[in-house]
Amino acid sequence: MNKEDKLVLGGREFNSRFILGSGKYNLELIKAAVENAGAEIITLAVRRANTKDSENIMDYVPENVTLLPNTSGARDASEAVRIAHLSRELGGGDFVKVEIMKDSKYLLPDNNETIKATEILAKEGFVVLPYMYPDLYAARELENVGAAAVMPLASPIGSNRGLATKDFIQILIDEIDLPIIVDAGIGKPSEACAAMEMGASAIMCNTAIATAKDIPMMATAFKNAIEAGRSAYLAGLGRVLTRGSESMDPLTGFLRD
Amino acid sequence: MVKINGQSLEAAGRNLLEVVRELEFKDNSYVIEYNLEILKKEFYDKTTLKDGDVVEVVSFMGGG
Repeated sequence: MNKEDKLVLGGREFNSRFILGSGKYNLELIKAAVENAGAEIITLAVRRANTKDSENIMDYVPENVTLLPNTSGARDASEAVRIAHLSRELGGGDFVKVEIMKDSKYLLPDNNETIKATEILAKEGFVVLPYMYPDLYAARELENVGAAAVMPLASPIGSNRGLATKDFIQILIDEIDLPIIVDAGIGKPSEACAAMEMGASAIMCNTAIATAKDIPMMATAFKNAIEAGRSAYLAGLGRVLTRGSESMDPLTGFLRD
Repeated sequence: MVKINGQSLEAAGRNLLEVVRELEFKDNSYVIEYNLEILKKEFYDKTTLKDGDVVEVVSFMGGG
Protein backbone atom coordinates (compact mmCIF):
# COMPACT_ATOMS: atom_id res chain seq x y z
CA MET A 1 0.00 0.00 0.00
CA ASN A 2 1.19 3.49 -0.90
CA LYS A 3 2.41 5.16 2.28
CA GLU A 4 1.05 8.50 1.09
CA ASP A 5 -2.46 7.13 0.74
CA LYS A 6 -3.99 8.48 3.95
CA LEU A 7 -7.53 8.69 5.21
CA VAL A 8 -8.01 12.26 6.48
CA LEU A 9 -10.76 12.97 9.00
CA GLY A 10 -11.01 16.34 10.68
CA GLY A 11 -7.44 17.15 9.66
CA ARG A 12 -6.08 13.96 11.23
CA GLU A 13 -4.37 11.36 9.06
CA PHE A 14 -4.89 7.62 9.28
CA ASN A 15 -3.13 4.81 7.46
CA SER A 16 -5.85 2.27 8.15
CA ARG A 17 -9.18 2.38 6.37
CA PHE A 18 -10.84 -0.08 8.72
CA ILE A 19 -12.89 1.39 11.55
CA LEU A 20 -13.59 -1.32 14.07
CA GLY A 21 -16.64 -1.59 16.31
CA SER A 22 -16.30 -2.84 19.87
CA GLY A 23 -19.85 -4.04 20.51
CA LYS A 24 -21.11 -7.53 21.22
CA TYR A 25 -17.84 -9.24 22.02
CA ASN A 26 -15.65 -10.06 24.93
CA LEU A 27 -13.49 -7.15 26.05
CA GLU A 28 -10.54 -9.54 26.30
CA LEU A 29 -10.61 -9.88 22.50
CA ILE A 30 -10.60 -6.17 21.68
CA LYS A 31 -6.83 -5.81 21.73
CA ALA A 32 -6.30 -8.79 19.41
CA ALA A 33 -9.07 -7.59 17.08
CA VAL A 34 -7.61 -4.06 16.90
CA GLU A 35 -4.13 -5.43 16.25
CA ASN A 36 -5.22 -7.92 13.60
CA ALA A 37 -7.46 -5.33 11.95
CA GLY A 38 -4.62 -2.80 11.98
CA ALA A 39 -7.39 -0.43 13.07
CA GLU A 40 -6.53 3.09 14.19
CA ILE A 41 -10.10 4.06 15.05
CA ILE A 42 -12.50 2.16 17.28
CA THR A 43 -16.13 2.96 18.05
CA LEU A 44 -17.63 2.97 21.53
CA ALA A 45 -21.06 3.61 22.99
CA VAL A 46 -22.11 5.66 26.02
CA ARG A 47 -24.42 3.83 28.39
CA ARG A 48 -25.62 3.92 31.97
CA ALA A 49 -22.75 2.64 34.08
CA ASN A 50 -23.10 -0.87 35.46
CA THR A 51 -22.73 -1.51 39.13
CA LYS A 52 -20.58 -4.13 40.83
CA ASP A 53 -19.40 -6.40 38.02
CA SER A 54 -18.68 -3.81 35.36
CA GLU A 55 -15.36 -3.66 33.56
CA ASN A 56 -13.98 -0.54 32.00
CA ILE A 57 -13.64 -0.93 28.25
CA MET A 58 -11.01 1.83 28.24
CA ASP A 59 -8.60 -0.58 29.96
CA TYR A 60 -8.77 -2.84 26.90
CA VAL A 61 -8.42 -0.31 24.08
CA PRO A 62 -4.79 0.14 22.97
CA GLU A 63 -3.56 3.67 23.71
CA ASN A 64 -2.65 4.80 20.21
CA VAL A 65 -6.16 4.13 18.89
CA THR A 66 -8.46 7.08 18.19
CA LEU A 67 -11.82 6.74 19.91
CA LEU A 68 -15.00 7.27 17.93
CA PRO A 69 -17.84 7.38 20.44
CA ASN A 70 -21.29 6.99 18.91
CA THR A 71 -24.59 8.52 19.96
CA SER A 72 -26.56 5.28 19.73
CA GLY A 73 -29.70 5.35 21.80
CA ALA A 74 -30.44 8.93 20.68
CA ARG A 75 -33.90 9.38 19.18
CA ASP A 76 -33.47 12.99 18.12
CA ALA A 77 -30.81 15.65 17.63
CA SER A 78 -30.93 16.99 21.18
CA GLU A 79 -30.33 13.53 22.66
CA ALA A 80 -27.42 12.97 20.28
CA VAL A 81 -25.87 16.28 21.33
CA ARG A 82 -26.34 15.33 24.99
CA ILE A 83 -24.59 11.98 24.45
CA ALA A 84 -21.76 13.64 22.50
CA HIS A 85 -21.15 16.01 25.42
CA LEU A 86 -21.05 13.07 27.85
CA SER A 87 -18.65 11.15 25.63
CA ARG A 88 -16.27 14.10 25.46
CA GLU A 89 -16.42 14.41 29.25
CA LEU A 90 -15.62 10.69 29.51
CA GLY A 91 -12.38 11.30 27.64
CA GLY A 92 -13.67 10.27 24.24
CA GLY A 93 -11.96 13.18 22.49
CA ASP A 94 -13.54 15.30 19.78
CA PHE A 95 -14.58 12.59 17.31
CA VAL A 96 -18.23 11.59 17.34
CA LYS A 97 -20.31 9.26 15.20
CA VAL A 98 -23.80 10.72 15.15
CA GLU A 99 -26.31 7.90 15.14
CA ILE A 100 -30.00 8.77 15.58
CA MET A 101 -32.77 6.22 15.27
CA LYS A 102 -36.43 6.75 15.95
CA ASP A 103 -37.43 3.37 14.71
CA SER A 104 -36.54 0.41 16.89
CA LYS A 105 -37.64 -2.32 14.48
CA TYR A 106 -35.41 -1.59 11.50
CA LEU A 107 -32.94 0.70 13.33
CA LEU A 108 -32.79 3.04 10.36
CA PRO A 109 -31.05 6.37 10.87
CA ASP A 110 -33.17 9.54 10.82
CA ASN A 111 -31.40 11.74 8.28
CA ASN A 112 -33.23 14.96 9.24
CA GLU A 113 -32.33 14.75 12.92
CA THR A 114 -28.83 13.62 11.96
CA ILE A 115 -28.33 16.80 9.92
CA LYS A 116 -29.49 18.95 12.86
CA ALA A 117 -27.17 17.23 15.34
CA THR A 118 -24.24 17.34 12.91
CA GLU A 119 -24.65 21.09 12.48
CA ILE A 120 -24.71 21.73 16.24
CA LEU A 121 -21.77 19.47 17.04
CA ALA A 122 -19.61 20.64 14.11
CA LYS A 123 -20.08 24.23 15.29
CA GLU A 124 -18.96 23.17 18.76
CA GLY A 125 -15.73 21.83 17.27
CA PHE A 126 -16.49 18.10 17.13
CA VAL A 127 -15.21 16.03 14.21
CA VAL A 128 -18.61 14.68 13.20
CA LEU A 129 -19.06 11.43 11.31
CA PRO A 130 -22.79 10.97 10.73
CA TYR A 131 -24.32 7.54 10.17
CA MET A 132 -27.00 8.00 7.54
CA TYR A 133 -29.33 6.46 5.02
CA PRO A 134 -27.62 6.87 1.62
CA ASP A 135 -29.61 9.78 0.25
CA LEU A 136 -27.84 12.31 -1.97
CA TYR A 137 -29.71 15.38 -0.70
CA ALA A 138 -29.13 14.45 2.94
CA ALA A 139 -25.44 13.82 2.23
CA ARG A 140 -25.16 17.26 0.58
CA GLU A 141 -26.75 18.85 3.64
CA LEU A 142 -24.36 16.99 5.93
CA GLU A 143 -21.47 18.30 3.85
CA ASN A 144 -22.88 21.86 4.07
CA VAL A 145 -23.29 21.77 7.85
CA GLY A 146 -19.74 20.61 8.52
CA ALA A 147 -19.60 16.80 8.60
CA ALA A 148 -16.06 15.40 8.39
CA ALA A 149 -17.29 12.34 6.44
CA VAL A 150 -20.57 10.60 5.78
CA MET A 151 -21.30 7.04 6.84
CA PRO A 152 -24.02 5.49 4.67
CA LEU A 153 -25.45 2.14 5.66
CA ALA A 154 -24.92 -0.87 3.41
CA SER A 155 -27.88 -2.80 4.84
CA PRO A 156 -29.78 -2.85 8.16
CA ILE A 157 -27.50 -2.58 11.15
CA GLY A 158 -26.26 -5.87 12.54
CA SER A 159 -27.76 -7.84 9.63
CA ASN A 160 -24.59 -8.99 7.82
CA ARG A 161 -26.62 -8.73 4.59
CA GLY A 162 -24.01 -6.80 2.63
CA LEU A 163 -24.21 -4.02 0.07
CA ALA A 164 -27.98 -3.72 -0.35
CA THR A 165 -27.67 0.03 -1.02
CA LYS A 166 -24.72 -0.31 -3.38
CA ASP A 167 -26.04 1.90 -6.22
CA PHE A 168 -26.91 4.72 -3.83
CA ILE A 169 -23.58 4.57 -2.04
CA GLN A 170 -21.92 4.86 -5.46
CA ILE A 171 -23.86 8.09 -6.06
CA LEU A 172 -22.50 9.50 -2.79
CA ILE A 173 -18.96 8.44 -3.70
CA ASP A 174 -19.31 10.15 -7.09
CA GLU A 175 -21.00 13.33 -5.88
CA ILE A 176 -19.94 14.13 -2.32
CA ASP A 177 -16.59 15.73 -1.67
CA LEU A 178 -16.06 14.05 1.70
CA PRO A 179 -14.78 10.62 2.70
CA ILE A 180 -17.56 8.06 2.32
CA ILE A 181 -17.29 5.44 5.06
CA VAL A 182 -19.54 2.46 4.49
CA ASP A 183 -21.10 1.51 7.81
CA ALA A 184 -23.59 -1.15 8.93
CA GLY A 185 -24.58 -4.39 7.31
CA ILE A 186 -21.24 -5.40 5.77
CA GLY A 187 -21.12 -9.12 6.56
CA LYS A 188 -18.22 -10.53 4.56
CA PRO A 189 -14.70 -9.43 3.67
CA SER A 190 -15.67 -9.70 -0.03
CA GLU A 191 -18.37 -7.04 0.53
CA ALA A 192 -15.91 -4.74 2.27
CA CYS A 193 -13.55 -5.26 -0.65
CA ALA A 194 -16.33 -4.48 -3.16
CA ALA A 195 -17.19 -1.23 -1.37
CA MET A 196 -13.54 -0.19 -1.40
CA GLU A 197 -13.25 -1.03 -5.12
CA MET A 198 -16.19 1.34 -5.68
CA GLY A 199 -14.17 4.14 -4.13
CA ALA A 200 -15.38 4.14 -0.55
CA SER A 201 -12.81 5.77 1.73
CA ALA A 202 -13.16 3.33 4.60
CA ILE A 203 -15.27 0.56 6.10
CA MET A 204 -16.82 0.49 9.55
CA CYS A 205 -17.57 -3.00 10.75
CA ASN A 206 -18.66 -4.57 14.01
CA THR A 207 -21.20 -7.40 13.78
CA ALA A 208 -19.42 -9.33 11.03
CA ILE A 209 -16.39 -9.56 13.30
CA ALA A 210 -18.28 -9.98 16.58
CA THR A 211 -20.38 -12.88 15.27
CA ALA A 212 -17.53 -14.73 13.53
CA LYS A 213 -16.31 -17.97 15.06
CA ASP A 214 -12.76 -16.62 15.32
CA ILE A 215 -12.91 -12.89 15.98
CA PRO A 216 -9.20 -11.98 15.61
CA MET A 217 -8.89 -14.08 12.45
CA MET A 218 -11.93 -12.41 10.89
CA ALA A 219 -10.40 -9.03 11.75
CA THR A 220 -7.34 -10.06 9.72
CA ALA A 221 -9.55 -11.18 6.83
CA PHE A 222 -11.32 -7.82 6.75
CA LYS A 223 -8.04 -5.93 6.92
CA ASN A 224 -6.73 -7.80 3.89
CA ALA A 225 -9.99 -7.35 1.97
CA ILE A 226 -10.12 -3.61 2.64
CA GLU A 227 -6.51 -3.16 1.56
CA ALA A 228 -7.11 -5.23 -1.59
CA GLY A 229 -10.18 -3.19 -2.47
CA ARG A 230 -8.33 0.09 -1.92
CA SER A 231 -5.41 -1.04 -4.10
CA ALA A 232 -7.84 -2.11 -6.82
CA TYR A 233 -9.58 1.26 -6.70
CA LEU A 234 -6.28 3.14 -6.91
CA ALA A 235 -5.09 0.85 -9.69
CA GLY A 236 -8.26 1.53 -11.68
CA LEU A 237 -10.37 -1.50 -12.49
CA GLY A 238 -10.03 -3.05 -15.93
CA ARG A 239 -12.85 -2.38 -18.36
CA VAL A 240 -15.82 -4.71 -18.76
CA LEU A 241 -16.87 -5.80 -22.25
CA THR A 242 -20.63 -5.61 -22.64
CA ARG A 243 -20.51 -8.25 -25.38
CA GLY A 244 -18.06 -10.52 -27.14
CA SER A 245 -14.57 -11.34 -25.97
CA GLU A 246 -10.99 -10.29 -26.55
CA SER A 247 -7.99 -12.59 -26.54
CA MET A 248 -5.14 -11.75 -24.22
CA ASP A 249 -2.82 -13.85 -26.35
CA PRO A 250 -0.97 -12.77 -29.48
CA LEU A 251 -2.72 -14.09 -32.57
CA THR A 252 -0.52 -16.97 -33.58
CA GLY A 253 -1.58 -18.01 -37.01
CA PHE A 254 1.07 -20.68 -37.60
CA LEU A 255 -1.17 -23.57 -36.63
CA ARG A 256 -3.52 -22.82 -39.51
CA ASP A 257 -1.39 -21.22 -42.25
CA MET B 1 -37.32 10.63 45.80
CA VAL B 2 -34.27 10.88 43.56
CA LYS B 3 -33.86 9.01 40.28
CA ILE B 4 -30.44 7.52 39.65
CA ASN B 5 -30.03 5.66 36.36
CA GLY B 6 -33.77 5.23 36.18
CA GLN B 7 -34.08 3.81 39.67
CA SER B 8 -36.00 5.73 42.36
CA LEU B 9 -34.13 6.04 45.66
CA GLU B 10 -34.90 7.69 49.00
CA ALA B 11 -31.82 9.85 48.79
CA ALA B 12 -33.06 13.43 49.13
CA GLY B 13 -30.86 15.40 51.54
CA ARG B 14 -27.89 13.08 51.06
CA ASN B 15 -24.50 13.73 49.49
CA LEU B 16 -24.31 12.72 45.81
CA LEU B 17 -20.86 11.15 45.98
CA GLU B 18 -21.79 9.04 49.00
CA VAL B 19 -24.90 7.71 47.29
CA VAL B 20 -23.06 6.95 44.07
CA ARG B 21 -20.31 5.14 46.04
CA GLU B 22 -22.92 3.02 47.81
CA LEU B 23 -24.22 1.87 44.44
CA GLU B 24 -20.75 0.37 43.87
CA PHE B 25 -19.83 1.57 40.41
CA LYS B 26 -16.65 -0.39 40.01
CA ASP B 27 -14.24 2.34 39.00
CA ASN B 28 -14.46 6.09 38.78
CA SER B 29 -14.34 6.29 35.00
CA TYR B 30 -17.98 7.37 34.93
CA VAL B 31 -19.37 10.82 34.30
CA ILE B 32 -22.39 12.17 36.16
CA GLU B 33 -25.17 14.13 34.56
CA TYR B 34 -27.17 15.98 37.21
CA ASN B 35 -30.58 17.28 36.07
CA LEU B 36 -29.35 17.19 32.44
CA GLU B 37 -26.16 19.15 33.18
CA ILE B 38 -22.75 17.47 33.19
CA LEU B 39 -21.34 17.76 36.68
CA LYS B 40 -17.61 18.33 37.07
CA LYS B 41 -15.93 15.79 39.38
CA GLU B 42 -15.04 18.40 41.98
CA PHE B 43 -18.76 19.00 42.58
CA TYR B 44 -19.67 15.36 43.27
CA ASP B 45 -19.07 15.66 47.01
CA LYS B 46 -20.41 19.22 47.17
CA THR B 47 -23.83 18.30 45.82
CA THR B 48 -26.73 17.58 48.15
CA LEU B 49 -29.51 15.64 46.46
CA LYS B 50 -33.01 17.04 46.61
CA ASP B 51 -36.44 15.68 45.87
CA GLY B 52 -37.06 15.24 42.13
CA ASP B 53 -33.39 15.23 41.10
CA VAL B 54 -32.52 13.10 38.08
CA VAL B 55 -29.00 11.67 38.05
CA GLU B 56 -27.41 9.68 35.23
CA VAL B 57 -24.13 7.89 35.81
CA VAL B 58 -22.67 6.90 32.45
CA SER B 59 -19.54 5.28 31.07
CA PHE B 60 -18.22 3.84 27.83
CA MET B 61 -19.29 0.38 26.69
CA GLY B 62 -18.62 -1.62 23.57
CA GLY B 63 -20.55 -0.31 20.58
CA GLY B 64 -20.57 -0.06 16.83
